[in-house]
Amino acid sequence: MKTESQSVTAFKETFNHHIEDLDTTPGWWRSMKREAFDRFLTTPMPKRKDESWRFASLSNLSFAEFAYGKPPSITNAQELVEKSRILEHQSGSFTFADNQTIDAEKASFELQKKGVIWTSLREAISRNGELLKDYFMKQEANLGSEKFSLLHTSFVENGALLYIPKGVEVEYPFVSYNWITGQNAAVFPHTLVIAEEFAKVSLVEAHFSTTEDVGALSCGVTHLFAGVGAKIDYTLLQNYNEETLGFQINSNIAGKDATVKTVSVNVGCRNYRSETHGQIKGAGAHVEMLSLAVADKDQEIDQRTLQTHSAPHATSDLLFKNALKDNAKTIFSGLIKVDDGAQQTDAYQTNRNLLLSKTAEANSLPGLEIEANDVKCSHGATTSQIEEEEIFYMLARGIPKEKAQELVVYGFFEEILERIEDEKLKEFARSVIQTKFSSK
Amino acid sequence: MIDFFNKMTATLEIQNLNVSIGEKPILKDFSLTIPKGEVHAIMGPNGTGKSTLAKALAGHPDYEITSGDALIDGESILEMEPDERSREGLFMAFQYPIEIPGVTIANFIRAALNGRLPEGEELNAPAYYRSLYEKMDMLKIDRKFTSRFVNDGFSGGEKKRCEILQMAMLDPKYAILDETDSGLDIDALKVVADGVNSLRGENLGVLVITHYQRLLEYIVPDHVHVLYDGRIVKSGDKDLALELEEKGYDWVKELAETAA
Repeated sequence: MKTESQSVTAFKETFNHHIEDLDTTPGWWRSMKREAFDRFLTTPMPKRKDESWRFASLSNLSFAEFAYGKPPSITNAQELVEKSRILEHQSGSFTFADNQTIDAEKASFELQKKGVIWTSLREAISRNGELLKDYFMKQEANLGSEKFSLLHTSFVENGALLYIPKGVEVEYPFVSYNWITGQNAAVFPHTLVIAEEFAKVSLVEAHFSTTEDVGALSCGVTHLFAGVGAKIDYTLLQNYNEETLGFQINSNIAGKDATVKTVSVNVGCRNYRSETHGQIKGAGAHVEMLSLAVADKDQEIDQRTLQTHSAPHATSDLLFKNALKDNAKTIFSGLIKVDDGAQQTDAYQTNRNLLLSKTAEANSLPGLEIEANDVKCSHGATTSQIEEEEIFYMLARGIPKEKAQELVVYGFFEEILERIEDEKLKEFARSVIQTKFSSK
Repeated sequence: MIDFFNKMTATLEIQNLNVSIGEKPILKDFSLTIPKGEVHAIMGPNGTGKSTLAKALAGHPDYEITSGDALIDGESILEMEPDERSREGLFMAFQYPIEIPGVTIANFIRAALNGRLPEGEELNAPAYYRSLYEKMDMLKIDRKFTSRFVNDGFSGGEKKRCEILQMAMLDPKYAILDETDSGLDIDALKVVADGVNSLRGENLGVLVITHYQRLLEYIVPDHVHVLYDGRIVKSGDKDLALELEEKGYDWVKELAETAA
């Protein structure tokens, strides 16, 4: 058995290898990573008593045994690139496999001329240093995963950077595909979107595995910055295999009159921890945070959310829906926080869980913390079983039971699916949900 | 010869059926044979077992069949799951159709039809929509309803028309209409009755369950049966419905008591 200090020493070595392997990176990048790693070491692991980890199975979160070093070369790159085609129209894309860029579709010359930057993080480190210094990892993780956020900063080496200058509107989404291919691989997907004043853009992030049963770690961060009047539409599709341990730490900042919409579709991972923070910093902003998850077998999906209102006249609307099969477990813990200056806030938080088996477990911890006196806020959580009469009605029309359940689940998710604008993306989201029903 | 035998067994046959809810017997030795091509009506006061008959035949789990049999074209359906019974050709129009939020009528009916196709086959979408629109037009259902969620926020009349739309699309061998007239005003009743009448023919047997004679003015039955306390106490032609309307259900009670 390894002692604590032995494993720390080993992990320090792993990190040093990682830093040494970074070739031409500038000094500020290295020192930022070193600093993050030092803080990572001194930050304690989550404990059972931590409110932000209530109900979570902490024993499954061990991250030390993964392969943090350079991945073996990607042998099936062409095949992965071909599989990385969800949308009919896109403004640009990246395909990453085990943190390596295997394909890039640049933004059009026209967009580049307008000042749009669509680049990999690896390239941005040397070419867009000033932008990164201002925006990279500048939204604090504060929902419990501080340690994993520091792990991300320590080991992140690639990702997608999207910068949209003032007034530029982009019609089609940018897409970032992130594949896990290696045995015990550790991947650190990173997405950074900066939309300046009155810019408009959408981005899709997809997380996939090439294998069905090989364990891996994904520790991802996505930060969105929406300037005055800007509009960002973000969709995350997470369909890793069910041996993967996943952390996804997302945060967005909405400036004055900005609109930010985030949609997450989560079906993969053995244990998945997602944190979503909507920070309303400008008056009149509108933030929508939507999520759907289908969990089956022994999956555990742990969702923590925060809606922070620090400016008046803004709205935020959160809807997280989970469908659970078999022995699956979900945790939803959400908080709406309204500062005393954020008068005339409209903030809503809803979590709905649909239990498809008697042994599934849905936990819900909604919360409000309001310091302003002129606000409209509500939170609600429901957990229900599938209605037997609904199923009987469908059976009575000749629809087989498994299909009837699937229809009820689609119906349950429809109010989220209908808010995905791109038709192909919506169709793909449906097909991802369907894999949870036809696999049996 | 083959046709002869097929014709012999082209019936929905209910033989000495006993049905309980919990411990309580509701249907008692109930027997009825409905040949294809005929419309039978069952009338009776509330609580005599009319809806129990419909739900037990459709296979609702709350209704326990303690003895007897029910056969479609000679084959017992009692061991079949509700979805198998439907695919075998039995249709029940619900008295209280269920709302299914998030599932559109078009997708719902498509799933029902896909369930009838061999493994791996899918409906032809343009042909499906052509057929759906044609039947919606017949039932005076706005085509926009294809993207409405099943029964969600529908009026009473819309729900019942939607039941008949499903019946028209699924093309059953035998249809049971459970109090399809309840909650309908006269205009809605006529539309529903017209829909049912247009589906009548030698390939369909119909059982109309109703409390009131009114529906039978528009769906004129070949036979009328009066149900009381779980049994048929009197059968006759369409005039029996009028007689019943005139004399009221107290008369049925007397009939039952003299019979017993």
